[in-house]
This record gives sequence, structure tokens and C-alpha cells, in this order.
Amino acid sequence: MSTLITLPPSKTKPEVIDSAVIRFAGDSGDGMQITGSQFTNTVALYGNDIRTFPDYPAEIRAPAGTLPGVSGFQLHFSSDDVSTPGDAVDVLIAMNPAALKVNIADLKANGILIVNSDSFTESDLRKAQMTANPLEDHSLDKFRLFSVELERLTRRALEHLGLDAKSMDRCKNFFALGMCYWLYNRSMDSTVRWIEDKFKGKPLLTEANKLAMQAGYSYCEATEAFQISYEIPRAQLSPGLYRNLSGNQALALGLVTASQKSGLRLFQGSYPITPASDILHELSQYKDFGVMTFQAEDEIAAITSAIGASYAGALAITTTSGPGMSLKTEALGLAVAIELPLVICNIQRGGPSTGLPTKTEQADLLQALFGRNSEAPIPVVAAATPADCFWVALEACRIAVKYMVPVILLSDGYLANGAEPWHVPELNDIPDFKVQFAKTAEGFLPYKRDPQTLARPWAVPGTRGLEHRIGGLEKQDVSGNINYEPLNHENMVRIRAAKVAGIAQDIPEIVPSGDPEGELLIVAWGSTHGAITAAVRAQREKGHKIGHVHLRHLNPLASNLGEVISRYKRVLVPELNMGQLLWVLRAKYLVDAVGLNKIQGRPFKQAELEQKIEEMLGSQENFT
Amino acid sequence: MSTTTLPPIAPLTKKDFQTDQEVRWCPGCGDYAILSAVQSVFPELGIARENFVVVSGIGCSSRFPYYMNTFGFHTIHGRAPAVATGIKALRPDLEVWLATGDGDALSIGGNHTIHMLRRNVGIKVLLFNNRIYGLTKGQYSPTSELNKKSKSTPFGSLDRPFNPLSLAIGAEATFVARSVDVFQGHLKETLKLAAAHKGSAFVEILQNCNIFNDGAWFSLTEREARSEHVIQLEHGKPLVFGKNRDKGIRMNSLDMEVVPLGKGITEKDLLVHDAHHLEAAYAFQLSQMEKRPGFPTPIGVLRSWEDVPRYEDVMNQQINDVIAKRGAGDLAKLLRAGDTWEVK
Repeated sequence: MSTLITLPPSKTKPEVIDSAVIRFAGDSGDGMQITGSQFTNTVALYGNDIRTFPDYPAEIRAPAGTLPGVSGFQLHFSSDDVSTPGDAVDVLIAMNPAALKVNIADLKANGILIVNSDSFTESDLRKAQMTANPLEDHSLDKFRLFSVELERLTRRALEHLGLDAKSMDRCKNFFALGMCYWLYNRSMDSTVRWIEDKFKGKPLLTEANKLAMQAGYSYCEATEAFQISYEIPRAQLSPGLYRNLSGNQALALGLVTASQKSGLRLFQGSYPITPASDILHELSQYKDFGVMTFQAEDEIAAITSAIGASYAGALAITTTSGPGMSLKTEALGLAVAIELPLVICNIQRGGPSTGLPTKTEQADLLQALFGRNSEAPIPVVAAATPADCFWVALEACRIAVKYMVPVILLSDGYLANGAEPWHVPELNDIPDFKVQFAKTAEGFLPYKRDPQTLARPWAVPGTRGLEHRIGGLEKQDVSGNINYEPLNHENMVRIRAAKVAGIAQDIPEIVPSGDPEGELLIVAWGSTHGAITAAVRAQREKGHKIGHVHLRHLNPLASNLGEVISRYKRVLVPELNMGQLLWVLRAKYLVDAVGLNKIQGRPFKQAELEQKIEEMLGSQENFT
Repeated sequence: MSTTTLPPIAPLTKKDFQTDQEVRWCPGCGDYAILSAVQSVFPELGIARENFVVVSGIGCSSRFPYYMNTFGFHTIHGRAPAVATGIKALRPDLEVWLATGDGDALSIGGNHTIHMLRRNVGIKVLLFNNRIYGLTKGQYSPTSELNKKSKSTPFGSLDRPFNPLSLAIGAEATFVARSVDVFQGHLKETLKLAAAHKGSAFVEILQNCNIFNDGAWFSLTEREARSEHVIQLEHGKPLVFGKNRDKGIRMNSLDMEVVPLGKGITEKDLLVHDAHHLEAAYAFQLSQMEKRPGFPTPIGVLRSWEDVPRYEDVMNQQINDVIAKRGAGDLAKLLRAGDTWEVK
């Protein structure tokens, strides 16, 4: 049924370059996230290393053409290692004046700018609060501007199909995608397959989208519009099987894997909230793995149903973000008191309150560490990259069931939606952590602890002879009976703290990347990993002695962290918050660490980190 | 997850359900009577003791699990229905009972209560309604009568009370009943009917708090008043009440009316209770009649509707259906799903 013709080989010989950053920007109804994802998939399948940064508004459809409605998707792809989505953009696709206005500041001088000239009418300009047409007033002269009539050309390519104008216009993003495939010499095959699957049973739409993409490709070929095209060779990744994965997908796969490795059924209690909802969407597909997903009536029922499932013997998790985490606070305290395993995934976003639902932030660290009434320590782990979410999910589950504790897993919006190639592991290489429920009545007491881990037994209902009562009231150790005596309370508080602190014996010692000692140590956590890695690499090439520690375990901290810190003259803690890890490190190690703090709902740029490093290492001369 | 149940070692007795914990309710509290009734009924259900789970929230009533020698979980304020839902999802075979109060179930936990009921999770809910906050020492509750003078409302409460039965029926609960702490025989029978119901069973138990709200239900429980002010609903029986069984309730068009028996009116003219009535509106009307002058307060099963599947059953069935269709999940395959590429 396909009317696609075989395309002739490109006439121009591509210039070989090592990396490019491309950003698709348009109205939130323009399909920019799909366009970006398709381009990403294609270059990843080809073998480039990639990092992506989808950036979209909280509104599903803000008024068309306005500044708040702009949705963007940025991709960095390369023949080298890539650890960030890129600071500045080589190619910007702007579907309307608002998208142009919001994004133009990030386009490199002499960068390629493709605009949809059909959407630069007076009314379009007015919606973007522009007084002059930038396509005519020479304000874009420092860029390589390609004004393309995307709508008119798309309609012309599809006019024989008999679609209405609106349906034809919806295909214009695929026209732009086709242009980009030409520009970077990439095959359209994987997107063709995606279109055929996506519009299965709708032959007209399948045809229209394929034709629009092909028309964009052919337009470049025929008009020789760009005069140049590029080729980015495959990256040298370590051998193995790869797939492109977002943080939320990786987290979901990690949880299913943990379910099998522990031998427990996975139960997820969750209430929809951005940017955590995709984990619920993913896990709800895995019913064939026995996964139970429960969309609860609210955030509180989401976590308390998970506590109930854990009590009954499940590997229980709850997923949330922002204000949802606040709502779970009381139940977290219950989980601490009853000492049952539970994993709470907090996909952080900007706050306070509703804040910035679709933007990233790292400002829930202190909440994770301390945000409960009374003394209620909880282990905290954090993912560093999208693919790392898989491994951190496994680690959180391992700690939870081994120590009979709730564990907070911190991810964030940038990791959740960003993607990178994931080296698919061999299942047999991942160790089991099979769980043994209490079985026999003889000698059973609900708070009789394992001498090594201080974990209490997990005695699930339905087990003869193990009938017992638990709850949020203070209890006596061993027997579990309610007990309000002063010394008993202090003893219980200390035992719960010792249990969490003892996990430090069970996590690897820290080995800094970069220099093992020297001028500067960067200590960080979470999604800043990529930008810091790139900045440290660049600054070490300039001759600076810099080490980088990226903490996976935030509570307890690795036992040798203090010693590692003491090997460096200065300590920098970059965070997307007001200095929360900084506060912890200064308090715990009495170290005069300094912070680099950004609270803009956006990740660090490599240049921002490098500037800070140079500022510090330059100023260091004054002290020596 | 193994759900096999061993046969009971010996027939269970009331004593098997008593714990060694000192019961810490105030002397004279209605909760003692409820505890005793539950401990009497459980051995009669033919369920192994280890398969009972008693879950509670916060409040006087929520100390209940500590006094039951079963699996017990004293959770947090208002959240017991959600915790119990998690338990039932994972283990539909367990017999889960929930002890809650008017504040716990209808105020702080109102949301969880209605959602548990609409889902029809197979949980038996005992709502101890004493129309007061006892454990926090005497504030008015969401079931306190309007203008209630309490510690927090010295000039009288301003908000209209919930009728727990109406609320449960409004949430389309599949089993809705009411009994009274001091009506031990009726209470036990009602608990047995609740136990026999597959889905959510909501039982309001009118309970006296002799410290902070003594006599809240005296108009129903005093021996003299009892038969005049209470009507006992029984499926298939006409609605008769009164000391001499001389009054009844008759339908007049779409409305109910109280009529004296005799003078040409016989039991045949009266409304015959149908607990399985398809329309929730019928049970709702029953739950509302006590508000009207001259009408009695109904006790017994207002609604019992077995046609609705339990949430935990359909949840597990869906998983089994997917496995039957797709086969059991292959994790190695899942990790390699989608577009992959090989780096040599």
C-alpha cells in the first residue's frame, strides 16, 4: 500500500563532524515531542551516543501560538561520549514566532535556523508579542536562516489524499523531520515503521505522515536548500546490546527486575502526577509479570495501599512528585515505625506547592532526609542518569527488603523524560536478593531482630502461629507490645537509627572519578552527573587536578566520604537547589565546601560549571 | 505467593481470639460489647485464625486489633481502608475486618471510605459511631447532631451531620447495615450476615461513649423506648414496629408513611423489606427515615447486593487473563524489547 518511492542518493557529499545539538520547538500541539523522539530513535539506532532534553509546558494546550505554549525537544548526538543534551544549539527548528522567540538565544552564531514561514502572519507575531517580523528585519542575520513554507508544502504533498486542511497541517512536523533526516543523512526507516504501527488501521493517516516526511526529505534534495549535509559517525560505545531509554522507563524496568530478583510480586500504589505518571503507565503494561498497579484515590491512599501490600508480602512501591511527596509524609512515618519494606520514588520537580510541574529541580533532598515528624530516618538513594534509574531502582528494593525499611528513591523531571542509550544487562549478571518470610511459630517475635542487619522478621498474614499486632504506636523491641516507657522509647529511636546507619557497611566505598586528590573535589548527586562529568573532563584537559564524587547513597553516606573530601584543597557542591547537600556535608564533615546553585527549572549547562571551577581555582592562588 | 490454608487444628472458640493485652478502653465503654460480639462471631465463621486480619485507623475504636488474637494492623488516622485495600489486592483469600469510628471513617478518612465502597473491596467495615471524638477528649464529630455543645464547640456545632448509612449507600456500597452495641444478639447476627457478604460490608454500630457523650443513643437503647423508636429490618418481612407491634411503614406513591395497624390496615398493606432491591434509592430512603417526625430508626441490613464483583478478584483476574493471553512475562525479553542495536 505504500506509495513511498525509493529516494535517489544525496547529490551533496556530507561533511563529517563529531557531534550536533538539534532542538525542535513549536506549539504544544505541533507534535514536537514526537518529532524529537523519532529523530532520537533514528540516530540512536544508527549508533550515536545521545542525551535528550524534552522541555514542555504544564498546560496541555496553552492558547495556540503564545509564548507559554512553546514545547521543545533537544537532542545531543555524537560519535564521542555524550553526557549532556548540550549547552548551545547547532540547529533550531521553530514552527512559529513564539517558538523562535523563546529559543533563539540558545542558537549558536552561524547555526542553522529552520522556520515555518507560513506561521509568521501578523496575528502569529502578535500572539508571540512581537512587533516586527524577524524574517524580514535582519535580526536573524547572524544565523543561517531557512524560511520554509511548511504548511503550504505539506498541503501540496498531501492534496491528492482528500484530507481536510487541518489534518494535512498536522503532518507538517513530519515534513520538518524529513528535512532533518536529509540534513544529517539518516534513514527514515525506523520512523516509517513507527508511523505504520502508530496509525495501524488508519491507512490515510499512515500515508499522509509518511508522504509528509518524504516530501521534507525530497524538498532538501531538490532545492539543494542547505547546500551542505552532515554525517556523524557511530560512537565507540562498549560492546553489547543497546536501546534508547528514558529515566522513567528505566525505573519501571528496574522495578520489574527487582520483583523477579527478590521473588516478590510487585505492587505499585500511585496517583497521577507529572512527571512521575509515566512510571504508572509503564508498569500497568507489565501485567504478564504479575505486576499489580493500583491507581489510588489520592496520594495518601497510594502510599498506604502500598504499605498494606507490603504487609501482605509484596515488593511495594509508590511513585510521586512535588506536592504528592508532601502528602505521603505521615505514611512514611508509619512505614518507619512498622519496619516494613517500601520504595518511594520521588520524581522531583520545581516547587514549592504546585510550582513548576514539568520542570526539573533537586530541592527535595532535605525533605527526603528529614521531612517527617520526630526521629524517622529513611535510607535515600538517587539516580544520576536516565539509564542509572534502572540500577538505582534495584538498589532501593534490595535495601528495602534486606533491612525491612522504607527507602526513598530520588529522580527528577530531567532524568525522567531525558533519554540515553542503555547497555542492556545480562539478567544472570544481576544478583538475586531472594526474600525469606518468617515461617515457624517457634521463637517468633515480631520485633526480634537479625543481629547483623537489625531487620525484624517479615511475617505475612496467613502464616499459622505468627498472628501478631503492629502499628504506629511506640512498641517494645522484640515483643512488639505497645510501650510508652521513657527508656524504651529512646532505645527504639536509637535502634531504628542504627539500622539505617548500618547500611553504610553494605554500600561500596567511594572512588572519585578524575584525580584521586588535588585542587578541587566536586561532590554532587542526581541529574547533574552529565554536566559535571563534561565540565570536569574539559577542565582536567586544561591541567587542573579535579576529582568528582557522585553520590548514589545519600543516607547513609559512604563510610569513606569524609576521608575522600580531606584529600582535596577545596570542595564544590553544584546543585539545582539552594544548597541542600552542601548543608549536609558542611554539618557532617565540618568542611568549608561552597555551592553552585541554580533554581531555574533547568539543568546545569557545562559552561556554567566550568566558569565556577575556573573562578574557584583561579581564586585559590590567593590562598597559597 | 502461596495462598494455601492449612485446616484448622481444632474448632476455634471465643477464647482463641482474645489476646494477653490489657484492654484500655474506659470502664463502661460500648466498645467492650462490640469486641465481645466479634470475638464470639469469628470462631463461627469456619476460617483459620491466621487468615483473619483486623485493620484500624486512629481513635478509641482503632485500638481494636490489639485485643484480637489475629493478624492486626493499627495504621494511621483515616487511612485503614487504603491499607486494607492493599492487603486484599495481594491476598484476596484473607478475611480482612476494619475497625473504625465516626471521625476516622467519615472525617479524616472520608475519601478512602467512599472509594473502598465504590470499588467493592471485600472488607468488613465496623464503624463505631458514638457521635463524638473520644480519644482527643470530647470534640464534636461529623455525626454529632447540629448545635452539639462540645469542647471545641462551646456555643454549639454549626455543620450538619453525616448519616453514615446514607453516605455508604450514596457510594453504592453493596452491603449496608446497622446495629447497636447493647443489642448483642442482633449485633452478632448482623456481623454474621456481613461476614457472609463477598464485597465491601459496611456496618454502622451505634455505640455509647459514657465519658464524653453518654446517652447519645439512649432514645433507642432504653428498654422503654427501644421498640417504639427502633425498627428492625428483615429481608422479606413487612416493616412493623412499636411495643405492641402496632405500627408499620407503608408506601404512599413514592414516599413512605407511618400507619397504625388495625382499623382495616394489616401487615399485608405494609412495605415488605427487600434488601436486594436493585435501586440504591430504596435503601437510601430507608436510611433517611429517622430524620422525620414519628418515624423509627432502622437497624438491620438495609442493602445487600451480591451481583457486583469484588475489586481484588477482578484485579487478579485481569492479571491472569493477560498472562493467559500473552504467556508469563519473560524478563530477559522485556529488557531487550523495542528498537535495539548491537555494538561490536
